Amino acid sequence: MRDFDYIRPATIPDAIAAAAEPGSAYLAGGTNLLDLMKGGVTSPERIVDISRLPELNRIERLDDGGLRIGALVRNADLAHDAAFARTYPAVAEALLSGASAQLRNAATVGGNLLQRTRCSYFYDTASACNKREPSAGCAALGGENRLHAVLGWSDACIATHPSDFCVPLVALDAVVEIEGKAGRRHVTLAEFHRLPGDTPQRENALEPGDLIVAVRLPAEAASFAANARYLKVRERTSYAFAVVSAAAALVVDGGKIRAARLALGGVAAKPWRSRSAEAVLLGAGANEANFIRAADAALADASPSGDNAFKIELARRIVVRALMSAQAGTPERLPALPASPFSNIPGARHDA
Amino acid sequence: MTKTTIPIHLDINGQHHELQLEPRVTLLDALRDRLAPTGTKKGCDHGQCGACTVHVDGERVLACLTLAAQAQGRAITTIEGLAREGELHPVQAAFLEQDAFQCGYCTSGQIMSAVACIREGHAGSDDEIREYMAGNLCRCGAYPHIVAAVRQAALEVAS
Repeated sequence: MRDFDYIRPATIPDAIAAAAEPGSAYLAGGTNLLDLMKGGVTSPERIVDISRLPELNRIERLDDGGLRIGALVRNADLAHDAAFARTYPAVAEALLSGASAQLRNAATVGGNLLQRTRCSYFYDTASACNKREPSAGCAALGGENRLHAVLGWSDACIATHPSDFCVPLVALDAVVEIEGKAGRRHVTLAEFHRLPGDTPQRENALEPGDLIVAVRLPAEAASFAANARYLKVRERTSYAFAVVSAAAALVVDGGKIRAARLALGGVAAKPWRSRSAEAVLLGAGANEANFIRAADAALADASPSGDNAFKIELARRIVVRALMSAQAGTPERLPALPASPFSNIPGARHDA
Repeated sequence: MTKTTIPIHLDINGQHHELQLEPRVTLLDALRDRLAPTGTKKGCDHGQCGACTVHVDGERVLACLTLAAQAQGRAITTIEGLAREGELHPVQAAFLEQDAFQCGYCTSGQIMSAVACIREGHAGSDDEIREYMAGNLCRCGAYPHIVAAVRQAALEVAS
């Protein structure tokens, strides 16, 4: 790891001023950044350690029924907050399906949004990568790409965003609260992450010095508590990134769908909200035939970026399964293996 | 950029240490290379194997993905800090009784993780133990005995 200057500002304005200088990077949990620095994928000259900034580690219920989650709230603390897990069960399930207990004790809400892709060519500094080095080319396009994007990709970049947490968040209309040199602003999570286009190095809406201070959930997000699930297919039973995942949330009344939310993970450079699938579901009967129609709508624009056509069919099936699981109802207790498509079948072994 | 070291105070197993370190030194390297207790192991050094698991303020984290500077002023516990007055910690004893290792390289991380897993209340069933110990890989494949050891220790701690 290249050496760097280490500063630990005492206030948010001090942090923003320091991080606005070229070559700076914020450090919170460090679970992704330090790994990237060890590999020389990124080499900041100045680390601005924000992990002890006051005010950013609170979960606040807002007067309007919404929720404000401080950017430094750790994944484990949020997922195991009983009131949070009861109100936003798909978000808690997504958090617990990610990483390991040790990593969840370090990783933070803000850092989760800023995770870099797990594309192996991005990590390998000997390979061409437009995201790491603009105009260098994309080694993934003709390489090992069975886990790469099937939606929203470009010839410049076919990487996926690895977050589980962001998938139910984008489905629930989460908003990112950002503080920068010009003050505080709000950006919807749907607009926060960018698709690659010709500039895959620009991954989100942040400008130099911008600090994520909180993530907000609007009041309506709580209305899905009884019928919300996150499902995630992994290449091993646990402790793996998603091949494909889906968050589904429904409000069902008299067999009809009154409100529907659907988002996919592991398929694109951003958490993929599918409003076209939601439009199919709204007002329709809550049954498998309509869930299949919604899944077809969600994947209508999908195309393989390499050896990954299987992910399109896999995503369709996971969407149907997630919707059926949501319709069946949020379980009283999270399964021992959160988000597993295998642990919901009666009589199935959790490690099957 | 000025190349320099910074003063870092580390509280390890109840002992206070004052060090001068480059900011890039991880907690893992500080423990192993500067402070001599080498029970905390370096496996992958990328946060994938769990061999470097230690407790910071009582919670399990990966020392390889923590800068020593981030741990300043926190109470750090390593495998060397578990035994009390020569008595093995119940999890250490259970790992011995259940023969929960082969080569032993992952064992200190497994034990540190297991102590936290039980304390968190995540050792209620074998499925739960497997899931909450998933961050600790064992190349020898001693998993069935590790689960048995965690189960045994969890029952002993509860009684």
